[in-house]
Amino acid sequence: MSLLHLIVLAPFIFALLIPFLYKYVRQVHTGWFVMILPLTLFIFLIQYLPSISRGETSYWSQEWVPSLGINFDVYLDGLSLLFGLLITGIGTLVVLYSIYYLYNKKKEPLNNFYVYLILFMGAMLGVVFSDNLIVIYVFWEITSLTSALLIAYWFHKERSRYGALKSMLITVAGGLTMLAGFSLLYVMTNTFSIREIITQADVIITNPLFIPAMLCVLVGAFTKSAQFPFHIWLPDAMEAPTPVSAYLHSATMVKAGIYLVARLTPVFGAAPQWFWIVSGVGILTLLWGSVSAVRQKDLKAILAFSTISQLGLIMALLGLGSAAFHYDVAEVGTIYYTATLAAVFHLINHATFKGSLFMMVGIVDHETGTRDIRKLGGLMTIMPITATVALIGTLSMAGVPPFNGFLSKEMFFTAAINATTLDIFNMQSIGLLFPIVAWIASIFTFAYCMLLFSRTFLGEFKPEKLSKKVHEAPIGLLISPIILASLVIIFGLFPNLLAYSIIEPTMASILPNVLAGEGERFYVNIYHWHGFNIELFMTLGVFIFGALIFLNMKKWTETAFFLGERDPLNNVYDKSLVGLVAGSLKITNLQMTGLLRDYFVFMFVFIIGLMGYTMIKYDIFAIDLVNVAEISPYMLIIVVVLLAATISIPFISHRITAIIAVGVIGFLIALLFVVFRAPDLALTQLLVETVMVVLLLLAFYHLPELKKESFTPRFKITNLIVSVGVGLVITLTALSAHAMSYTHPIQSISEYFIKNSYELAAGKNMVNVILVDFRGMDTFLEVLVLAIAALGITVLIKLRMTGSEDV
Amino acid sequence: MRNNLLMLHMITRIVVFIILAFSIFLFFAGHNNPGGGFIGGLMTAAALLLLYVTYDVKTIKRVIPFNYKTMIAVGMLLAVGTGVISILAGYPFLTQFDGYFTFPILGEIHLTTALPFDLGVYLVVVGVALLSILSIAEDDA
Repeated sequence: MSLLHLIVLAPFIFALLIPFLYKYVRQVHTGWFVMILPLTLFIFLIQYLPSISRGETSYWSQEWVPSLGINFDVYLDGLSLLFGLLITGIGTLVVLYSIYYLYNKKKEPLNNFYVYLILFMGAMLGVVFSDNLIVIYVFWEITSLTSALLIAYWFHKERSRYGALKSMLITVAGGLTMLAGFSLLYVMTNTFSIREIITQADVIITNPLFIPAMLCVLVGAFTKSAQFPFHIWLPDAMEAPTPVSAYLHSATMVKAGIYLVARLTPVFGAAPQWFWIVSGVGILTLLWGSVSAVRQKDLKAILAFSTISQLGLIMALLGLGSAAFHYDVAEVGTIYYTATLAAVFHLINHATFKGSLFMMVGIVDHETGTRDIRKLGGLMTIMPITATVALIGTLSMAGVPPFNGFLSKEMFFTAAINATTLDIFNMQSIGLLFPIVAWIASIFTFAYCMLLFSRTFLGEFKPEKLSKKVHEAPIGLLISPIILASLVIIFGLFPNLLAYSIIEPTMASILPNVLAGEGERFYVNIYHWHGFNIELFMTLGVFIFGALIFLNMKKWTETAFFLGERDPLNNVYDKSLVGLVAGSLKITNLQMTGLLRDYFVFMFVFIIGLMGYTMIKYDIFAIDLVNVAEISPYMLIIVVVLLAATISIPFISHRITAIIAVGVIGFLIALLFVVFRAPDLALTQLLVETVMVVLLLLAFYHLPELKKESFTPRFKITNLIVSVGVGLVITLTALSAHAMSYTHPIQSISEYFIKNSYELAAGKNMVNVILVDFRGMDTFLEVLVLAIAALGITVLIKLRMTGSEDV
Repeated sequence: MRNNLLMLHMITRIVVFIILAFSIFLFFAGHNNPGGGFIGGLMTAAALLLLYVTYDVKTIKRVIPFNYKTMIAVGMLLAVGTGVISILAGYPFLTQFDGYFTFPILGEIHLTTALPFDLGVYLVVVGVALLSILSIAEDDA
C-alpha cells in the first residue's frame, strides 16, 4: 500500500463517517466536514507537480487477485495527475457550493447526498489512477452507479428517476462492452496492466482481435463521454441537483471517457481506424451538440448540449492527435501533435468555464425559481456579480479573446486545418470536411453562448413570471464560481503557466511513442497573437455568423426545428426500452411457467441435445457387447419388476398407490446396489427412500382429494418422446462408455481414492472418506442446502401469511 | 372406530432402541466400514419417525423435547467449526487431521477431525428429516 492507494481509498473510508457526522453534529452543515477530504487530497496531489513536470512517473503495486493477473496497481503520470487535480479541485469547489445550495438541512437528506458524492469522487480517482484494466472497470461501474444515485437524488420526481435509469442503462451497457474489449486485450497480450500492454502495442496491431477490442473499448468510452449517438442520457441527467451537474457533467464523470481514450491512445492510436472513429464521432458530436443547444429553452439543457459538443471537440482533437503516430517528430510530426496539445488544454479550460457556468445557472435557479429562458431576463442589474461570472464563462466558451477558451479554440482550428494536409488515409480529399464542420459548429457555439447570456441577464426583467423575489446570491454561493472564473482569466492571460507543469507531461503520457528518445520533450508554447492567418479569419467568421444567427433568433423560434426541443434519438431509446421490457416479459413467461413438469422438459431436452450433439460430433457411438458381463437371475427379476413398476405409474389413478409404486422403484434400486455389493449406497438409498415415502404420504394425506388432471394427447406424446429420448441418450452413453473403456484405457478416478483414502485420510471406508475429507466442501454445502430446504418448509407451513388462502 | 395399536406400541418400544443403537453404531463405524453421518442420521430419523407414527406427536414431544431447528443450527456450526479450525491452523478450509491417542481406560484410540464434521452432518440430517416431516404432519390447516 502506498500513499496513492490511500488517496483512492480515502473517499470510500470517509464515506463511512458521513452518516455519523450528519446525525450527531447537527449544528454544522455536513458539507463542511466533507470539504476537508477533497481539499486535503488536492493539496496532496499538488506536491507531485514538480516531479511530474520533470518527466518522472511513479508506480506502486498491490496484489489483489494475482492468479488472474488482477492487481490494484496505481500509476501516477501527467495524465492521471491532471485528472486527479481536476477531480479533487473541482470537487472541493462543488462541495463548498453545495453547502449553500442545499442549505435546508431539515428538508434535504444530506447524508445520502454526500455519501454518494464522496463515493463518486473515490471511484473517479480509482479510474484515473489504476493501471489494471479490471480495476479500472470496477471503478468505472461504481461511477455509473453512484452517478445514477446522484441524478436520482430527488427521487420523488419522476423525471429524476427516468434520467437516472437512462444514464445507468446506457453507461453500464457501454461499460460491459468495454469489459469485453478489455478481455480481448488480455487475450492478445496476456496482461491487464496498461503499461505492459503499451509495450506490446506494435505487436498487437496486427492481431485479428485488435479491431474488435478497439471497438468495444470505444463504445465504453463514447457512452460515458456522451458521444453521438449515446449522448441522449446527458440532458436527462440534468435533473440532478445543480452541484451534481456541475461536478458530474463539467469536470469528472463524462470526462472518464475522454480519459480512457487518452490513456489507451498509445495502445490503439497507431491504427487508422482509431483515427477515423475517434475524430469522426467527436466532430459529429461537436456539430450535433452545438446545433441542438441553440434550440433549448432550459438553461441547464443548453449547458448539457454544450457539454456534449465540447466533449465531442476534445474527442475529435484526441483522434486528430493520433495522426502524430504516423510521422517522425523530427520531420513534420510537430504540427500534428498540436491537436493533442489542444485537447489537453481545452480539457482544463472546459472544466473551469463550464464549472462556473453550471454554478451560475444554479444560482439563477435558486434565486428566481426557474431556469426557463422565456421567463428570465434583465437580471444584470439585480445580480451583478453573477452576471459578471456568467459573462466571463460564456465569452470563454464562445472563444472570445483574451479568455482561455479562445486559445484552445484557435488551436482546435489549427488542428482541423492541419488535418487537411495529412497525406495518410485519403485525408487529402475528405480532410477538408474537418475545418468546415468545426467552423459551422463553432458558429452555433457562439450563438448559444450569446443566447445563454442575453436571455438571462439582458433584456426586459419579467418579475411577474417569477415565483420568488429576486436578489443577489449570498456570498457563499458565489465563492466557487468566482474562483473558477478567475482561473478562466488567469489561464487566458498566462497560458504558459500550465505549459510545462502539466500539459507537456500529459501529452507525454498520451503520445509516448512519438518522442524520439530519453529526455526528449514536446514543445509547448501557447500565445494569443499568431498573425493574420486562416484561424484568425475563421474566428472572425464565427463571430459574424454567430451574431447573425443570434440576431435572427426571432424568425427561427417559429420553425419546427426550434420547437422540437427533444432529441429525436430519445424516441429510439424510449421505444427500445419498452420493447426490451416487453420482450423479456415474453421470454420469461414462456420459460417460467411455474409448472415443475415444464422445467423438467426443458432440462431433459437440453440434456438430450447436449449429449446427443457431443456424441454425434465426436463420433463416439461404440456398442460392443463382447465384454459385457453376464446378467444374473436376481438382477433379471429386479429389472423386470423395476420396469413394471415404472410403466405402471402413469396408469395409476390413485395417488397413494402411485407413491407406493415410486417407493417400490427406489427399494428395487437399493436391491440392485446390494447385488453390485455396494452396502453404503444400498443403506443410504433404503433410508432415504423410507423417509421420502413417509414424507410424501404425509404431504398427500393433507392435500385435498382432487381429480386427476386429464391431458391432451399432444402433451402426452411430447412427454413420451422426451422421456424415451433421455433414456436412449443415457443408455447409449453408458454402453459407449463401457465399450470405450476397453479401446481407450482411461485412468479411473477411483484408483486415486483406493490408493490414498487410508494413507491421506486414515479411513478404510472410501465412500465416507470422500464425503467428509476429499470432498468435504461438497458435503458441507449439500448439508447446508438440506438445512435451508427444511427451514423453508417450516417457514412456508408454520409462518403462513394471514389472509392468503392459496399456500 | 379406534384401532387397537397395543402390539405396535409394544414392539415399537423395543425396536426403536435397537434401531437407535444401530444408528449410533453406524455413525461411529463410518470411518472404516459402511455407515457415517448421513446414514446414521437418516436411521436415527427413521427410528424417531417410527415413534411419531406409532404414538401421536404430542406425546412424543413431551417425552423427547428436541428443538430440531436448534439441532440443525448446532450441526451446521459444528461442520463450519471444524473447517475454520484448519484455517486457524494455517491450512485450507476443511483440511482434516487425524492421530492416535492413548486414554486411561479406553486404551489407544484413533481420532480424526472428520468425526466432529460428520457429527455435524448427522445432526443436520436428523434435524432436517424430522423438522420437515413434523411441520407437515402438525399442519392442520
